[in-house]
Amino acid sequence: MALTDVRVAHTEEPKHAPPKRPKFWLHRFDTKTFPYLMIAPFFVLFAIFGLFPLIFNAVVSLRHWHLIDKEKNGWVGFDNFTKLAGDSDFWDALVNTFGIFILSTVPQLLIALMIANLLNRKLRGATFWRIGILLPYVTPVAASSLVFAVFFSRDNGLANWFLSLVGFGQEQPLDWRAGTWSSWVAIAVMVNWKWIGYNALLYLSAMQAIPKDVYEAAAVDGAGPWRQLWKITVPMIQPVVLFTVVLSTIGGLQLFTEPMLFDENPAQANGGYDHQWRTISQLIYRVGWSDLNLGYAAAMSWALFLIILVVAGINALVTRRLGGGK
Amino acid sequence: MSSRLLSRAPQDTPGTWKSYVGLAAILLISAFPVYWMFVIATSSDEAVMSSPPALIPGDQLMVNLREVFTMQDVFFTASLINSLIVALAVTASTLFFCSLAGFAFAKLRFKGNNVLMFIVILTLTVPNQLGVVALFIVMNELGWNGTLLAVIAPGLVTAFGVFYMRQFIGHAIPDELVEAARIDGALTLRIYWTVVVPAIRPALAVLGLLTFVATWNDFQWPLITLNGTDFPTSMVALSDLASGNYVVYRRVLAGAFVATVPLVILLLLGGRQLVRGIMEGAIK
Repeated sequence: MALTDVRVAHTEEPKHAPPKRPKFWLHRFDTKTFPYLMIAPFFVLFAIFGLFPLIFNAVVSLRHWHLIDKEKNGWVGFDNFTKLAGDSDFWDALVNTFGIFILSTVPQLLIALMIANLLNRKLRGATFWRIGILLPYVTPVAASSLVFAVFFSRDNGLANWFLSLVGFGQEQPLDWRAGTWSSWVAIAVMVNWKWIGYNALLYLSAMQAIPKDVYEAAAVDGAGPWRQLWKITVPMIQPVVLFTVVLSTIGGLQLFTEPMLFDENPAQANGGYDHQWRTISQLIYRVGWSDLNLGYAAAMSWALFLIILVVAGINALVTRRLGGGK
Repeated sequence: MSSRLLSRAPQDTPGTWKSYVGLAAILLISAFPVYWMFVIATSSDEAVMSSPPALIPGDQLMVNLREVFTMQDVFFTASLINSLIVALAVTASTLFFCSLAGFAFAKLRFKGNNVLMFIVILTLTVPNQLGVVALFIVMNELGWNGTLLAVIAPGLVTAFGVFYMRQFIGHAIPDELVEAARIDGALTLRIYWTVVVPAIRPALAVLGLLTFVATWNDFQWPLITLNGTDFPTSMVALSDLASGNYVVYRRVLAGAFVATVPLVILLLLGGRQLVRGIMEGAIK
């Protein structure tokens, strides 16, 4: 109503001076060109700092590109990739990355599901619990990794003390960093701690979007809470499960901060005295910024990119198949 | 009776005492590392090395903090200021550019709108971290390596932010409102400022929090470009604090604690918005 009143008022003013109406060219610019200016910053910045580096990475990987020792720099074809195929450091790092990835992703998503299920009730202080489980998410990974690095120290570490409390006290305290498995477990604990709450909230939001009558229909079959969870809730939130599986695959295979700061001397990027927990991202850092061999580091990045693509694809397919079977 | 109970959807079923015990345990596990960080940050070497290790705060916080802030080649004070500059600059710019682009995609008619939006969504799937080698070379050419610009520039606007803003503006602002403002003779930028911005304050809060947290906590790229300079961010300074042949735990964790405090405060103030943002489908 108010709108028409305003228009009426306008028509009654002198005809050759429409009020506040912008000039023709300005109006044209404002409606035709200006929208592109509004979206341009994203495309320009993405082109420079996102797309170009990714493509340029391919160029670098086909060259010898040393930061200091520049004399040999130039095209080398697929030499970097041939070297990669026979580089045991790379394959060891790949095994480590996968080991840590599985130990940190599978429990992470399962526990997140349990917690989401716990939160998906009529609760007192619902917001309080939700905010509480986000504390690990806002805590800087660098800070929490350093806490866990102390937590898992051999002498007087809290982890070993807890073990002794529940009856696993050993004559020799467990040296978490020395073993392959124990170091993987320690790093996986850091990743799990960080991301469980975040994933739980993602699951919770999907769970709350499930129509209530779905549960009412299933109650006729006498489905208990546990069956309800696995037969109704989980299949219904499958898209979000798929999303978290892909997301944690992409993140997990690029794991960097946790293994870096677990080292007693992080600057070395060793991943243990025998590289027993060195991940690919760590190796890329070492090759690129310690050995200063950027060409080789770029080749490794491409290899990792392809691996992530394949694994994320496989995981997505498996998740969909498992969910679809129900 | 029991079938009536079961016919209720989980979200209508009241939590039992078991739910609360479970949630309390989860909260304890979530909080313990942060609490223990504080314990070690306030302890003496003897307390850290005792068996069992210290579990209640000591009285050495000031001593430990003084050591952290005066340690050579770590630049801890400067690093906190740098982190604040970077996080604020990235957050402010992300909010401005993303809401502007989101407004254009949601409410303005221009050729290629849908195709361009599809491209934005497509870029979400590109793992940026894999381009770090080339990004380093790009920054070298620009002469930005080792400066805060190298950390700020790549984060100025994000695909997720554009997408999030477009979704929010699409729902929050009726087309008629924009049309009415245009008939009144307002230019697009004026409509953005007087109509859009006031209506999307909640979304700005959510995106701002997510961006600030992610930027403050970023480690890999700042480490690559800022390591060894006099301008580290606090995360890079933390890794310096933990490097060396003789590492003092209480000092490392005192530094870690200082770098964590701003985010804990942020969680206390904006936890509600953060929860909502993540539940609306936020990505890291």
